[in-house]
Amino acid sequence: MEREKLFWTALMLLGGLFLAGRAAMVGNGRVYVQAETIAETDAGPVVHHRGVPPSQRSEANVSLSWPRTIGLWVAAFCTLGIMSFVLGDNPFYKLMESIFVGVSAAYLMVAGFWDELVQNLFKSIVPGLMRNSFLPGLEEGLQPDLTYLAPLLMSIMMLWRLAPKGAWIARWPLAFFIGATAGFRLVSYLESDFVQQINNTILPLIVYTADESFDVWGSLRNSLVVVGVLLGLVYFFFSVPHRGVVGGLARGGVWLLMITFGASFGYTVMGRIALLADRLQFLFDDWLWLIDPTMQRMGM
Amino acid sequence: MYQFLKTLDRRWIFLLILLAVAIPIYWGWQFPERPSPMVRSVFEAIENLPDGSHVWMAYDYDPGAQGELHPMAFAFTRQCALKHHKMYFMTLWPQGPPMIQENIDLLKREFPDLTYGEDYVNLGYRPGYEGPIKLAVTDLRSTIAADVDGTSLDDMPMTADVKNIQEMDLIINTSAGYPGTKEWVLYASTPYNIPTVAGCTGVQSPYLYPYVPRQLNGLLGAIKGAAEYEFLLLEAYPELRENPNAREALRRMGPQLLAHLVIIALIIVGNIVYFVGRSRGDM
Repeated sequence: MEREKLFWTALMLLGGLFLAGRAAMVGNGRVYVQAETIAETDAGPVVHHRGVPPSQRSEANVSLSWPRTIGLWVAAFCTLGIMSFVLGDNPFYKLMESIFVGVSAAYLMVAGFWDELVQNLFKSIVPGLMRNSFLPGLEEGLQPDLTYLAPLLMSIMMLWRLAPKGAWIARWPLAFFIGATAGFRLVSYLESDFVQQINNTILPLIVYTADESFDVWGSLRNSLVVVGVLLGLVYFFFSVPHRGVVGGLARGGVWLLMITFGASFGYTVMGRIALLADRLQFLFDDWLWLIDPTMQRMGM
Repeated sequence: MYQFLKTLDRRWIFLLILLAVAIPIYWGWQFPERPSPMVRSVFEAIENLPDGSHVWMAYDYDPGAQGELHPMAFAFTRQCALKHHKMYFMTLWPQGPPMIQENIDLLKREFPDLTYGEDYVNLGYRPGYEGPIKLAVTDLRSTIAADVDGTSLDDMPMTADVKNIQEMDLIINTSAGYPGTKEWVLYASTPYNIPTVAGCTGVQSPYLYPYVPRQLNGLLGAIKGAAEYEFLLLEAYPELRENPNAREALRRMGPQLLAHLVIIALIIVGNIVYFVGRSRGDM
């Protein structure tokens, strides 16, 4: 155990030295911005800072952006912190995990306030007040829509569960939401998923091409779809014991399910590798400047 | 050897995968792609539309899926811009707005002749999961009254006359989960017969393929689909070959190839160890 600790400590030290040396010699991990005036107002020009490639750092109005540079380094350390979980649970990972959960929760709260409460609820109930405060772009003369008092009331009832007494009041809006959502989805699922998927399975088993010759692969593909659906249905049909012919067909259904799960697993592996590749590219390119696939630092 | 493999610390396997992904990225390995009929159908659905068609760009993903979906979203945006289609960007994911913004930045950087409000518009995030689809498909203004900066839809040339999503010539959806492609199929494309193509994460792909071709015109499955799509785009528009950003998905296929070979080798080795162990009575 002590040997392992020594190994990791040495690795961290070497990594730190490499980073410090590279930052001093190459200047990696720096973000540059260009100031652009996008509007002139009475109070002065409105300036927008646009990110530019490091190769343009000597151009006019281009300067080092400390907030973006710090953000990039924080992102790099957060990536390493989360990745460190493969070595086992550790304080660095725990810290990054907590930051991620906290930031996500705060982001959702802010997005919910501005996009849900302000944009939908308050805008409909008190449009004049919203126009004078949070939504100056709102068109003039909008009338209050008092039907929105119903969702406001239900929201208050929902929050009642936090009160020491009368938590049962929250069950009424909850029951409404569950019922409304079920009804809302039922029709669409029946129409678009259930009926349409049956329709999608009704295929010609013998397919002809445009010049009326026999299409072997098309016929094979359609037959496979139809047989696959039938075998899958037999497997999930439990009113008859899975013995004899039915048992054989059900076994075929199991094989098809296994192939589907295998394909799903394969796709998942591909997805996870794509995510790892994205993070490594960020570390190698944006942070360490070891590679330059998009030619952002040409001539440097 | 058997004992070594049987007791191998899993961290060596993590290191092996890390190297399999890192080496091709470092050396910039790329391989040619052969586009599948599925990917061709997505490409042609956008390409065969008359120039200046109205396309709804529903980008329903967040930074957690950007490694898989950013390249295909950028490729969709590039193809629509090259075809001068009118692009209506929207997301149903709260963390989706920065993803859309990066596509808007791409348009400003690579297609400066396009004008905001005339050629593309950012309608931002709409809360309520599938609710906004259900509303916008019949009455756009009941769920979206203004763009992301608060400009009224009535004040922009490309949105002033649009009443609902049924007026769109195509829906392009990039999906990382719920709400995403399935919801667009259920509430927009199937009931109102709106042509729809999609690109999704690998996890979702097997569950969305059954919608092709009758409910979805085509589907790009994960980074592989994106790479094939980029290949088609580079073939059709040679001017993009000078742009290294237009090869993002193709670059990601190098790590995929090597990592998949390592995983296949590990599965074979793992099975050999299992069978040897069983023959020795260790299992």
